[in-house]
Amino acid sequence: MEKILEVKDLNISFHTYAGEVKAVRGVSFDLHRGESLAIVGESGCGKTVTAKSIMRLLKEPPAEIKPGSQIIFDGKEDIVKMNRKRLKSFRGADVSMIFQDPMTSLNPTMTVGKQIMETLQIHKGMNKIEAKKEAIELLKIVNIPNPEVRINNYPHQLSGGMRQRVMIAMAISCNPKILIADEPTTALDVTIQAQIMDLLNELKDKFNTAIILITHDLGVVANFADKVQVMYAGEIIERGTREEIFYKSMHPYTWALLNSVPRLDTESKQELYSLGGTPPDLILPLKGCAFSSRCEYAMEICLERKPETTQLSPTHSLCCWLQHPDAPKVNRSEVVRGEING
Amino acid sequence: MAKENLVEVVNLKKYFNVGKNKVLKAVDDVSFNIKRGETLGLVGESGCGKTTCGRTILGLYDATDGHVYFDGKDVHAMGKKDKLNFKKDAQMIFQDPYASLDPRMTIGEIIGEGMDVHFNLSNKEREEKINELLHTVGLNQEHASRFPHELSGGQRQRIGIARALAVEPKFIVCDEPISALDVSIQAQIVNLLIKLQNEMGLAYLFISHDLSMVKHISDRVGVMYLGSIVELAPSANIYKKPLHPYTKALISAIPIPDPKIEDTRKRIKLEGEVPSPINPPAGCKFNKRCVYAMDKCSQITPELKELEKDHFVACHLY
Ligand SMILES: Nc1ncnc2c1ncn2[C@@H]1O[C@H](COP(=O)(O)OP(=O)(O)OP(=O)(O)O)[C@@H](O)[C@H]1O
Ligand SMILES: Nc1ncnc2c1ncn2[C@@H]1O[C@H](COP(=O)(O)OP(=O)(O)OP(=O)(O)O)[C@@H](O)[C@H]1O
Ligand code: SF4
Ligand SMILES: [Mg+2]
Ligand SMILES: [Mg+2]
Repeated sequence: MEKILEVKDLNISFHTYAGEVKAVRGVSFDLHRGESLAIVGESGCGKTVTAKSIMRLLKEPPAEIKPGSQIIFDGKEDIVKMNRKRLKSFRGADVSMIFQDPMTSLNPTMTVGKQIMETLQIHKGMNKIEAKKEAIELLKIVNIPNPEVRINNYPHQLSGGMRQRVMIAMAISCNPKILIADEPTTALDVTIQAQIMDLLNELKDKFNTAIILITHDLGVVANFADKVQVMYAGEIIERGTREEIFYKSMHPYTWALLNSVPRLDTESKQELYSLGGTPPDLILPLKGCAFSSRCEYAMEICLERKPETTQLSPTHSLCCWLQHPDAPKVNRSEVVRGEING
Repeated sequence: MAKENLVEVVNLKKYFNVGKNKVLKAVDDVSFNIKRGETLGLVGESGCGKTTCGRTILGLYDATDGHVYFDGKDVHAMGKKDKLNFKKDAQMIFQDPYASLDPRMTIGEIIGEGMDVHFNLSNKEREEKINELLHTVGLNQEHASRFPHELSGGQRQRIGIARALAVEPKFIVCDEPISALDVSIQAQIVNLLIKLQNEMGLAYLFISHDLSMVKHISDRVGVMYLGSIVELAPSANIYKKPLHPYTKALISAIPIPDPKIEDTRKRIKLEGEVPSPINPPAGCKFNKRCVYAMDKCSQITPELKELEKDHFVACHLY
């Protein structure tokens, strides 16, 4: 498989009153054509910022993509170095994004039909009539009933899930090579969610689109992803195939994530497992392992030095001192479910 | 004496005019109660009217018809004083966190705004309370001076939660309150909501697409389809013994965080076009997509019937 994207040592900071927020810290990964990569991790760990940087959508300043960061598109171009003109043709056509917050990325003063048509007119050179026909077709594809009427609606006249589907329609309208889907189904019920995930799978199979899926829904990850990356405090702390992450994960944070999922068989209103504590302040320098303050296995070294990457298989790797030959051996089955902190 | 039901929704309708004499029936004759200290879960297809229902209950929309009583008083016909109390007692956590936060205000100002209207706090008390609230939703005081655009999606959502809790309400409409949060913080927030309920008797209308979480937090669950409630039952019943064909399809589509199960399981696929609230099908609104549909399903609208104690369903099969 060909690499469509290579992210190399990506570092991103925000300059704020309080100081420099180091939101993304040394992230590297590859994405191949036709591949689906899920990024999971705690709220605020840098998933959206990473994704937006791939489209160069962060406002710089206050954001700063640090020197040395590279995002190579299709083996040739460094996105970090693209000029404004190239970015304009690049966004939407080569890479497009379904945003986490539909209301912020849809224009409230314009009907949704117009907004979809605009993309088609710019990138596909359609005339108005063609674009309108295509817009209706796209809304039908994302399962919005009465699309002929709905294209005349303004965003606030649609339900949360409909707005999300309008964005999906816009993002897929130009058959991008990379589709970034940031929480694409949070506002959708499970039946429509399943249809949307089928639709994304179809794009992958038909057009060899590479998909980056950011989601908190581990059920969706289990169903959809080829590979999974787990982020914590701006770093990738474990990565592997779907099976490796769900069945063979070795990082304590990944375990905590998998253990917090409520299941249909838990007793109602019983307290759910939740990781105690809060993630580290991204303004302060991080010493040792970023997870150490909340990790129940933390050893002295964890507080002092950053763990190296350990490769468990060609696809599975992690950063944790427990992998050191002298560390005690623990595995996930020993994590007591239902143990409650905080 | 205080009534057992804190919220009573009676034949509530909310229609929107969508041009050219077209009417969109977002909420179409819905009735239910919420007791003090109870959580009613509300689930259903995207666009079926859950948010509109929640907003109309809180008086953010006028009702087209029907009534909502809060503590026995008609929400849509309250005097000034009652209205002010109601605005404190009944809060909403909005589905779209970003759109519901004023971009020009800092997080501290957003959370403090309601407190200023309803309580008389010194600056110090105010600040302490804001920090405490930030802490309960898993953020820290460093976030108080930031603006909404400087936060991640899930951080914003938690500001909405903190703001709702700030005025110590009796009732909260939680519209997808945890959809942007990772599972661990979801658990933390849900534990918090349950704890507040146990300690202070809060009631919730909990709107969510996350059916496992709805099951976990709700005492009863209502299932909506195209503006109507099609099933209403204690939460364990809905999941163990769903009766309405739409509920069955919904439960079968819950994704399970286990690749092996996901690769092999079968979902009930809903065939047919999603109907529209602008021209809903006659009879049972689900009939065009229902595998059990009979002749009368496209002619007669089924009533919500109590099939077993507290388990209501609107379907001709029963
Ligand atoms: N404009 C900004 N100024 C300052 N800090 C910012 C800004 N934008 C994002 N951040 C911070 O960067 C960090 C990463 O944010 P990001 O939006 O990538 O999180 P995320 O992983 O997508 O979280 P979520 O799951 O909640 O959406 C957060 O701690 C956030 O507060
Ligand atoms: N202000 C409005 N003007 C016109 N139509 C509206 C308005 N608000 C909502 N609607 C319509 O009412 C119907 C119900 O919308 P609502 O937002 O209540 O759905 P929902 O159940 O909350 O869906 P979701 O799960 O997608 O958030 C939709 O068809 C929507 O387009
Ligand atoms: S390196 Fe140490 S602190 Fe970090 S996750 Fe591993 S055991 Fe826990
Ligand atoms: Mg995000
Ligand atoms: Mg809604």
